[in-house]
Amino acid sequence: MSLDFDSARLPNPHINEDHDAWRDHLRRFIDREIMPHADDWDEAGHIPDELWPKAAEVGLLGMGYPEEFGGTTEGIDVWHQWITNEELARIGVGGITASLMVHGIGLPPVINWGSQALKEQVAPPVLRGEKNISLGITEPGAGSDVAQLTTTAVRDGDDFIVNGSKTYITGGMRADWVSTAVRTGGEGGRGVSMLLIPTDAPGFSRTALDRKQGWWASDTATLHFDNVRVPATNLIGEENQGFLVIMTNFNGERMAMATQMEAMARVCLEEAVSWAQERRTFGKRLADHQVIRHKIAQMKQKLNATQAYIRVCYEAIQAGTAAPGDIAMLKVQASETVEFCAREAMQILGGIGYMRGSRVERIYREVRVNAIGGGSEEIMRDLAARQYGL
Amino acid sequence: MKVLVAVKRVVDYNVKVRAKADGSDVDLNNVKMAINPFCEIAVEEAVRLKEAGVATEVVAVSIGDKSCQEQIRTALALGADRGIQVETEGSVEPLVVAKLLKGVVEKEQPQLVILGKQSIDGDNNQTGQMLGALTGMAQGTFASEVAVDGDKVNVTREIDGGLQTVGLNLPAIVTTDLRLNEPRYASLPNIMKAKKKPLDVFTPADLGVEVTSHLTTLKVEPPAERQAGIKVESVADLVDKLKNEAKVI
Ligand SMILES: Cc1cc2nc3c(=O)[nH]c(=O)nc-3n(C[C@H](O)[C@H](O)[C@H](O)COP(=O)(O)OP(=O)(O)OC[C@H]3O[C@@H](n4cnc5c(N)ncnc54)[C@H](O)[C@@H]3O)c2cc1C
Ligand SMILES: Cc1cc2nc3c(=O)[nH]c(=O)nc-3n(C[C@H](O)[C@H](O)[C@H](O)COP(=O)(O)OP(=O)(O)OC[C@H]3O[C@@H](n4cnc5c(N)ncnc54)[C@H](O)[C@@H]3O)c2cc1C
Repeated sequence: MSLDFDSARLPNPHINEDHDAWRDHLRRFIDREIMPHADDWDEAGHIPDELWPKAAEVGLLGMGYPEEFGGTTEGIDVWHQWITNEELARIGVGGITASLMVHGIGLPPVINWGSQALKEQVAPPVLRGEKNISLGITEPGAGSDVAQLTTTAVRDGDDFIVNGSKTYITGGMRADWVSTAVRTGGEGGRGVSMLLIPTDAPGFSRTALDRKQGWWASDTATLHFDNVRVPATNLIGEENQGFLVIMTNFNGERMAMATQMEAMARVCLEEAVSWAQERRTFGKRLADHQVIRHKIAQMKQKLNATQAYIRVCYEAIQAGTAAPGDIAMLKVQASETVEFCAREAMQILGGIGYMRGSRVERIYREVRVNAIGGGSEEIMRDLAARQYGL
Repeated sequence: MKVLVAVKRVVDYNVKVRAKADGSDVDLNNVKMAINPFCEIAVEEAVRLKEAGVATEVVAVSIGDKSCQEQIRTALALGADRGIQVETEGSVEPLVVAKLLKGVVEKEQPQLVILGKQSIDGDNNQTGQMLGALTGMAQGTFASEVAVDGDKVNVTREIDGGLQTVGLNLPAIVTTDLRLNEPRYASLPNIMKAKKKPLDVFTPADLGVEVTSHLTTLKVEPPAERQAGIKVESVADLVDKLKNEAKVI
């Protein structure tokens, strides 16, 4: 039995031929339209505008979103989501996925909590790949501790006047809208609302954060709001109920990140195994040295555990019984797995692994953003522990 | 106008095939299969004819065991309206395929039959031509352009040294060349819709055809491995090697 990206995936009885067909067609699209350019786009620091409409055309952007806005829901389930995240991660350029799919965190607040008018205005062009939407929660002074955010939105007639800034915002440089967490009330989480801010509003500006350890292809930005006037109808959900919107949104984001991290770890395994079977030292293949064989087995062991855990979480999501603490710990399980596998794969590759242009080298640089963004490992464990009423 | 497209299940073009140890065939164990690229071009052409309002229905037919339904579903996801599987076991040779297709043609009465010029597994390049002979329909092979005009079709063919356009009376048979079109990607909504499109299964007996075999494969072996290249020091060195080692000048 060989050990590659596909064979290193544990069997999953939920996967049927529809899922396989989607994987097949999606992979074909990715292999032709993205893979050959992935490295260049990453080095260039951005992906071409045409990729969004192309991704919309194959149904990638619309998957899981209501059909009335141009999405696809019929017959779509959590296993389609998993497959999509796996295949995107297989590219091995996290910045492409982060940027191309950033509506995956920016749009759900609007879809789940926005008014019908807001949904109709925003969702169709985003799902067609013509417009972009980001999620703006983090601020220079408030990351893990979201409840401390200080960007204010003060009511003025039919509008809110927004002042403050957001940072590390994925897709921030091209976003047409930002689903933004703002302070509309008193201190703490109960004073937070979600507001959809159009980036063409006067008083909005942005700065690129383009020198990063990884995710080069993604346009991360700091956003500045200087007396930005936003219609009150752009409120997403009830006033001062924003924390609920943010917390609900995190579960989807964390599942996406966890599944992508597992698949990135699997890419590391695939590359390491293939190299270990070719490269010879001391008269034998690396794969014949026990030390290397154990590394490979240990990578697979951690992958197995993560895959099984992902499946349990998706089953719970499907059954409507998912615990946020379990999803939070899954995210940690996945970041530790990709951290381990990236390290071991780099070791097995030796000097060549240190050279730019390989998926492993890139994934190695993209471990931390996954271990910190979307809820850091420490915060994830904290969240889980809190649910046990210790 | 009804268009019939034939699609074949073959080893995916990305796969490096290996011969079986006993040399009886290529090893298809755990190998990724896909729709033959030339057949995919055929489906795309048929779907474009439908989108242009020229064709009213596109029917995709495949011959093989149950697994070839996967490729029929791909054709349906690309835009074909319904599918037909002719259930056979093991490999069937071009003449039998052509006879079975003739049976389907008689049932369906299409105005146009589009096939790939060859499949990338056997590279036979025979089925379309044989179907032409069996049905007596006009044929335009190696098409790089297909233009339907009333009850005629003009097929531009890729031939040695240029292009040749033949005018055929419908019903006609067209086999596709690589440059005819660039097939689209099946989209997620269309993949989901494809499940619901009708797919009928016939046996060769239903079509009055007996599956026979006229060919025997004697041996399948990998091509000889190429030796690694070398770098030469100078032009003189190169000329010397071409003259004395390769003996080409
Ligand atoms: C490339 C990139 C893209 C991003 N994209 C987005 C985006 O699109 N939208 C968005 O809103 N945000 C985004 N973020 C921000 C990300 O969500 C935050 O970086 C993350 O929430 C951590 O916040 P922080 O950076 O302020 O770190 P801090 O909150 O300052 O934390 C620093 C460290 O201290 C630890 N820590 C904090 N509090 C505790 C505690 N109570 N107990 C123990 N340890 C603690 C943390 O775990 C962490 O290790 C992105 C970040 C990056 C790097
Ligand atoms: C940025 C950079 C700068 C460098 N600078 C220099 C320089 O200035 N001069 C110079 O000469 N070299 C230099 N090197 C090369 C460096 O010393 C080698 O990369 C190193 O010796 C490893 O060799 P390798 O890359 O061929 O890996 P390999 O020898 O192929 O090893 C690959 C992996 O297999 C493991 N392995 C190998 N054999 C065994 C075994 N028997 N049992 C268990 N595990 C085994 C190794 O530990 C490693 O993890 C540099 C490398 C880099 C990346």
